[in-house]
Amino acid sequence: MELLLNIVIYLPLFGALLLLIIRQDDWVRWTSLLITMATFVLSLPLLLQFDISLTGTAQYMTVGEPFLGDWDVKYMVGLDGLSMLLFMLTTFMAPIVVLSSWSSIKKHVAGFFSMLLILQTGSLGVFAALDLFMFYIFFELTQIPMFFLIGIWGGTDRIYATVKFFIYTLVGWLLMLVALIYVGFAAGNMVNDGVFTTDWRLLTSPEFQLGLVEQTWLFLAFGFAFCIKVPIFPFHSWLPLAHTEAPTAGSVVLAAIALKMGTYAILRYLIPLFPNAAIAFAPMFAVLGVIGIIYGALVAMVQKDVKKLVAYSSISHLGFVVLGMFAFNTIGAQGAIIQMVNHGLSTGALFIIVGMLYERRHSRMIADFGGIAKMMPVLTVMFMIAMLASIGLPGLNGFVGEFLILVGSFNSVVLGSYWYAVFAAVGVILAAGYMLWMFQRVMFGPITHEENKKLTDINAREIGLLVPIMIFIVWIGIRPTDFTRYSEAQVTWMLEDTQTRADAIAHNAHSTELPAWALKLYDVTPQVASYMESDHEEGATTAITAASGNSEVNRRENEENGL
Amino acid sequence: MESANELLTILPLIIIGAAGLFVMMLDAFTGSARLAYLATILFSAAALAVAVSDLFGPMGESFHGLITYGGTSSFGMVLVMTGTLFSVILSRDYLEKTGMHIAEVYSMILFAAFGMLLLVSSNNLVTLFLGIETMSISLYVLAGLVKNHKKSVEAALKYFLLGAFATGFLLYGIALLYGASGSTFLVDIAATEDKGMIYWAGVGLLLVGFFFKISAVPFHMWTPDVYQGAPTTITAFMATASKAAAFVAFILVLSRALPDARADWSDVIWLFALLTMVVGNILALVQDNVKRMLAYSSIAHAGYIMIGLAAGTDAAYSAVLFYLFAYTLMNIGAFGIVAYYEWHKGYDFTEVSNYSGLGFKQPIMGVLMSVFLFSMVGIPPFAGFIGKYRVFAAAVDEGLISLVIVGVLASAASVYYYLRVLVHLFMKESENGIVLSRPGTLYTASLLILAALTIFFGINPGVLTDLLGSFWTVQY
Repeated sequence: MELLLNIVIYLPLFGALLLLIIRQDDWVRWTSLLITMATFVLSLPLLLQFDISLTGTAQYMTVGEPFLGDWDVKYMVGLDGLSMLLFMLTTFMAPIVVLSSWSSIKKHVAGFFSMLLILQTGSLGVFAALDLFMFYIFFELTQIPMFFLIGIWGGTDRIYATVKFFIYTLVGWLLMLVALIYVGFAAGNMVNDGVFTTDWRLLTSPEFQLGLVEQTWLFLAFGFAFCIKVPIFPFHSWLPLAHTEAPTAGSVVLAAIALKMGTYAILRYLIPLFPNAAIAFAPMFAVLGVIGIIYGALVAMVQKDVKKLVAYSSISHLGFVVLGMFAFNTIGAQGAIIQMVNHGLSTGALFIIVGMLYERRHSRMIADFGGIAKMMPVLTVMFMIAMLASIGLPGLNGFVGEFLILVGSFNSVVLGSYWYAVFAAVGVILAAGYMLWMFQRVMFGPITHEENKKLTDINAREIGLLVPIMIFIVWIGIRPTDFTRYSEAQVTWMLEDTQTRADAIAHNAHSTELPAWALKLYDVTPQVASYMESDHEEGATTAITAASGNSEVNRRENEENGL
Repeated sequence: MESANELLTILPLIIIGAAGLFVMMLDAFTGSARLAYLATILFSAAALAVAVSDLFGPMGESFHGLITYGGTSSFGMVLVMTGTLFSVILSRDYLEKTGMHIAEVYSMILFAAFGMLLLVSSNNLVTLFLGIETMSISLYVLAGLVKNHKKSVEAALKYFLLGAFATGFLLYGIALLYGASGSTFLVDIAATEDKGMIYWAGVGLLLVGFFFKISAVPFHMWTPDVYQGAPTTITAFMATASKAAAFVAFILVLSRALPDARADWSDVIWLFALLTMVVGNILALVQDNVKRMLAYSSIAHAGYIMIGLAAGTDAAYSAVLFYLFAYTLMNIGAFGIVAYYEWHKGYDFTEVSNYSGLGFKQPIMGVLMSVFLFSMVGIPPFAGFIGKYRVFAAAVDEGLISLVIVGVLASAASVYYYLRVLVHLFMKESENGIVLSRPGTLYTASLLILAALTIFFGINPGVLTDLLGSFWTVQY
């Protein structure tokens, strides 16, 4: 299985090299489809063999030799509860993305598809990497193809969009690189006999205790990079531009996969590596998340361009993810993970549908449409499902994620206030507003433009690529536990472990050695109260049982906590 | 036989020196640039092979301590000969197409390379001075190769005048250090007991001389003009081999002659590294000429490398050597592609707007340019990233965090001007209707090798970093 994981990661890269020698455009398309399908099929055993009860460790681990000379930096990949679903989302979306660009890409076809495939290897690597340094490398590997995808095959303003996207992201990540080096040396001194290390297992070991002042700076450096990537308000300005200018496939990958790297990195690295700082700054991030939810929704409401509207709705949805993660309880984090998947599916579908409309009508302006439901009944149905999922209609996937996040933040001990949930809920109402309003203007009413009368409905290929997404939208909506169970145990363990280490570090800290601002930020007196208790308050327990239904894990938790 | 063994320690020097004379004679008797080119390639490859094998050989001193060999010096020789060999291979096509293909070019390149080899193996300030002068005088000639072009003549004259000044500083510094320590051997200078005014003045002037050669701000004024004015493949040679040689010599001087004074010069280099990175990157942002942009980018790279010198630990020096290697690979590559585009329209077809839409006309060249430029940005999985990473890491380990933060911000700014070239190559429509011919097989092959090495050492740097690290753990 270890080998299989590596095959899944590198098969697309191999496919990209293969495309270099293929001359015919049609062959290029079929080869990329075949490669991405094969990747998806090969990744299924990884999901099926996954042991959901295993915590604190990754599965299918490959640990290579140190490759950076005398430093303990090594190739290390594996999957655990945090990454499993996102990994599968990536392999699942790839064939769909290839199909969605089947006829819309006409120039430099081989270049386009090889960029998509390289991007896929990078994305899979990001989710599977278990060494901070490897994570960084895979992440940058996704930036280069994205730069070209937007810049070469994008819309009119593509160059500005792609350069802004690239530089914006890189500034954050280069600062993170400095912090990463610092962490590597610190970890080396504390837990690895003085040898520089970025091994995830060592970085999260209880003996690795960063001082509170160091943690603050490092947390901010890492957080800044991830905030830009997610993007969290106010670092979002590159996103609408990049989304709008990118070709359909670029937007879909950006929304479904690339943005998840930021949120995933928060959950995987930011919170566990700097536990005290993460808890101390949780309210700040939650506020930014809530601002993002409402701001994204309000700006989406006034958009004239459908694609821009979907782009701003992304900001709103990702605000939910951030809020859920910084609620610091299992429900919130579970909601965040499933919301990442949901957002990938529903926003991905919306971008694909907008792309289909654009291909036919060469416009994305809401005003240019109207009444096209009569011409395109099949598309209308698909569009409706994706849109309702995006709003969060119960029974579809969006509801599950948003509901869990709202419950999680409502009960969060770390956040300590239900107002976050209240304001976030306003975002759901706004989402219903802008989505339904847009849908009504585009699809219903009288046909005001002659061109729209000639529109043809989507063809078999287009139906074929949308149907799988629709299936999952409904499946997650009806039986969320089929999916949430993969992350449940690991998330619970991770948060518990984070809290334990945070307590240990706070316990060891001496208040006399800390500057005044740090004393204000951190509670250095030993903490007794645990965030876990909140999970077992009555309402929350009901919610987690209702939403995820995994009573086994809950029972074990209760026993551990002596309840 | 002691003396014969000593000669073996400078074998690359002998090969290149003999080659220079041989090629000059070849030119005099046959006048064939082709032959000169072939001979140069053969001799350079031989010298490179010897230098590579010396890497794994012993380290030590010879010629009564005037020469140091093995380890860092051998690696310096590898850098110089890599730069020389690839520049020579790229030169032929370019110079033929632009009508400048004469045999003297090759003998001058070889003489310059001889100077560089001497420079990287100097264990004495006089040897060092001889190396620098041999190198510089040959480079002055090469810079003015395009006799009938104003820019080239300007470049040569400017380089010569400023270079002469810098040499003056350097020589004065050497003289003062000799006055203070009573010796020109690096080890003796390290042992100077009376560190008075004269000693510090000598160190200061020596640093100024080196700053000029590695084009650190504010001694960088000559770089853009010379890099732009000189024929492109010659620029590649100057930007890589001569710079690498100067840096290696700088490391030798810092680590051997001034190890105890590190606390003092470290702050000086800190300041100049900061200036160099900031000024180099900011000025590169506004350049419209690709060669000029690459010149400022090489200034910026000098700044990053100086971060490593400011850290001044063994780890930092070996990181700098790695960086220099990556720098050599990607710069020759980038200049090689600039030269390729340039020869289709003759000398000076190097405005960035000239490049619009060229990327897809010969995709292989476009892709290679992307590899080299992304490597310069410092993006994994290319060697440039590992170089930057190791230098920054060594500096962080020494507590130079603020300098490193300036470094990463500066390299974030650098993304803009590197990407600009790619934007023009791939994302703009071609306007000038230029038809690109296929480059020669050897030309393409050497660029491919450079790119392959850039990727190989980006993915698998351990082979080299282990070797470089070992130079510093062994006491010579």
